[in-house]
Amino acid sequence: MAAPLLEMLGLTIRARSRKGPVDLVRNISLRLDPGEVLGLIGESGAGKSTLGLAALGHLRAGCHAAAGQVVFDGIDLLRTPHRLLRRIRGGSIAYVAQSASAAFNPSFTLGAQIDEVLRRFDPASAAQRRRRILALLERLGLPDPETFFDRFPHQVSGGQLQRAMTAMALAPSPRVIVFDEPTTALDVTTQLGVLATMRNAIRAEGVAALYISHDLAIVSQMADRILVLRHGAEVEAGPARQVVEQPAAPYTRRLLQVGAAPIAPRDTGDAEVLLSVQGLQAGYGRNFRVLHDIDLQVRRGRTLAVVGESGSGKSTLARVIAGLRPASAGRISFEGQALPPALGQRNRELLRRIQMVFQSPDTSLNPAQTVGEIIGRPVAFFFNLPRAEVKRRVAALLEAVELDVSLADRRSPALSGGQKQRVAIARALAAEPDLILCDEVTSALDPLVAEGVLALLDRLRRERGVSYLFITHDLGVVRSIADDIVVMERGRIIEAGPRDVVLAPPWHATTELLLASQPSTEAGWLDSALERRRRLADPRETGRAVDEGALVAPSPAAVAMP
Amino acid sequence: MTALRNLPMLVSAILLALVAIAVLAGPDAVPAAMRDGIGDPWEGFGPLHLLGTDQLGRDLLARLLEGGRITLALATMVAVLCFAVGLGLGLLAAILGGAVDTLLSRLVDVTMALPPLILAILVVAMLGSSIPVLVIVLVVLESPRVFRLVRALAMEIMTEDFVTAARLRGEGLLWILAREVAPNAVVPLVAELALRFVFALLFLSSLSFLGLGVPPPQADWGGMVRENAPALGFGLPAPIVPAAVIALVALSVNQIADWLVTASGRRGMGRG
Repeated sequence: MAAPLLEMLGLTIRARSRKGPVDLVRNISLRLDPGEVLGLIGESGAGKSTLGLAALGHLRAGCHAAAGQVVFDGIDLLRTPHRLLRRIRGGSIAYVAQSASAAFNPSFTLGAQIDEVLRRFDPASAAQRRRRILALLERLGLPDPETFFDRFPHQVSGGQLQRAMTAMALAPSPRVIVFDEPTTALDVTTQLGVLATMRNAIRAEGVAALYISHDLAIVSQMADRILVLRHGAEVEAGPARQVVEQPAAPYTRRLLQVGAAPIAPRDTGDAEVLLSVQGLQAGYGRNFRVLHDIDLQVRRGRTLAVVGESGSGKSTLARVIAGLRPASAGRISFEGQALPPALGQRNRELLRRIQMVFQSPDTSLNPAQTVGEIIGRPVAFFFNLPRAEVKRRVAALLEAVELDVSLADRRSPALSGGQKQRVAIARALAAEPDLILCDEVTSALDPLVAEGVLALLDRLRRERGVSYLFITHDLGVVRSIADDIVVMERGRIIEAGPRDVVLAPPWHATTELLLASQPSTEAGWLDSALERRRRLADPRETGRAVDEGALVAPSPAAVAMP
Repeated sequence: MTALRNLPMLVSAILLALVAIAVLAGPDAVPAAMRDGIGDPWEGFGPLHLLGTDQLGRDLLARLLEGGRITLALATMVAVLCFAVGLGLGLLAAILGGAVDTLLSRLVDVTMALPPLILAILVVAMLGSSIPVLVIVLVVLESPRVFRLVRALAMEIMTEDFVTAARLRGEGLLWILAREVAPNAVVPLVAELALRFVFALLFLSSLSFLGLGVPPPQADWGGMVRENAPALGFGLPAPIVPAAVIALVALSVNQIADWLVTASGRRGMGRG
């Protein structure tokens, strides 16, 4: 066997913490051969980013390698002087981060920033370097490379920026690239194109890669081999197809089963209409409209999913219904009564009956309050109960969201992401609402945790008869929780109906595009999805250019959306 | 390990407590023979006058304790007033926004653009040096910094989802400020209060040193540095003593504020 390009041998990375040393990564060994793509998969806290950085010979502040080696081309990177590391990083081992918009400097053109890297490692003339960069931009499917070279980061879309960053990493012809969740911040349809060009560029350049992601489906498409991590330790490793098709570890099997639960047929009987929206329009400023003629209904005890990509106006819709944003036209009614548009005009009873759960539990829970205070406040506020009774109800609510009652005395920063979101749900539930507006409530959570939260929401719906307006971009989520679906695009509803009708053929083009872009572990999914998309991109069929390659100025919607 | 990391804070706290007790006890705490005995000008450290004497032969320790009362009282008063003004106006600007915010913010910009020492000298020269004038000048010059901090903090916290959640519940503004915003702002605000105290102390002492501060014959620390400054020419330590006490108090307060911010940050509470 030829010598590996990059090898980690029994690597243990230890961090200091108040409770004593913690192993972020425990006894990990891996090898990366030239031209090979190794996928690292795991939930947050699995240590995959720590490993990715270790591949560059970097340890975060407060961490040290307690044991093991990271060997690149015969050099132990963790015991190499900084001076030498600087020559290896960027030149021989490059890094592509999750957020390209944070990685590019807004005041220089993209071409100049890519050239800055190249110049350090390549003695070629300016003209030669430019040719090399233009060729790379073309290879990554960026339109009109000459023009793109002189664009500033804010003038191109998120997907294009991520491609530009890949071009930057590839420019000095590195031998290894570390991709750390490179498409996590992108929409599914955008992600599809970026994945395909990244994979093709990796192959064409013959570079080896460490591909880090929390999404097993994506990793299975990108990688030749997969290493599954959990809590810093190896769960299993093997060829990508084998890990996906015949997983050895129960943990991998669970990851694979996320979203694959059998779809129970839902009761489609006509329940009473709880919330009805008619002809709703809303916008920012005088001329910029985000929502056009929105009509929808939420029935009692049912879940309506509002699906769309970022910029489709779905979050604005939730905020208008909640009374946080004014509508410019249209009518919202709740149980047949007109719902006053502004928060200040709604009485306490109405406020109680409509609750909201936010996307990020990190910002929706006050870090200075205890869980008991957070959940107890709505109980005390809406029902005016004595303190002992509030305390009893808080305990019952914690139990209802499957949390330990002892958590009531803890503050939210001490909880995990999933626990925090459950507290946020308990807070909404405390008001005993009829309708809960859920704004991307699972998108900040790991897949297994998200699945648990969805199951909890569905159980609460059955047991307590609450209805949900469920805002999401994730069709997997829709499939498991929705009764009815509304698909939004650019502020308009383009398709609506019961779940099984909307998600079954014949599809509306946008729905089909979303469905096709949903990553799957199926062999060859990436190619077939691209093929399907190419067919859909025929403008006569859809009226919409879906090719992400088209040079777009970010639409105002994409900028203005919270 | 922990004790060692907190050592500067502990030393600062002990020193500050000693200074505070001594100043509160005042010159009466010094033995009468020492306090009232007039020695030669600028005597060195000795058994009768522990810290030596000043330019008129008065006991420096007794003067120091007497001057500390007015100096520390004024600095505390200025810090608290600055804080009250900055907090009130900052919250007003953050919550009302619009024209109110613009007006207040531009006023603050203008005030901060003026060189503080020159402005203070000008005002004191025009109105004469008296304690009310000193306090007002210092509050006008120092409160803009509190205003800016409070406005920025409040604006940031008011957009957090947990505040939105409280608004959706129909909570009143005062409740939101007291229960959702304030607990998350306490640490930076307390640090700011301490910092304002330090700046007020230094500013006041600078003015006194220039002869524009607390009017003589009332003793104050800055004034004592000024009166005894000529001694430096003879290599005598008299002016170093009040200067050192000013520095000691300023450093100690700073150290404690620092510790407070890092300690709360380590516990993962609030924001630094």
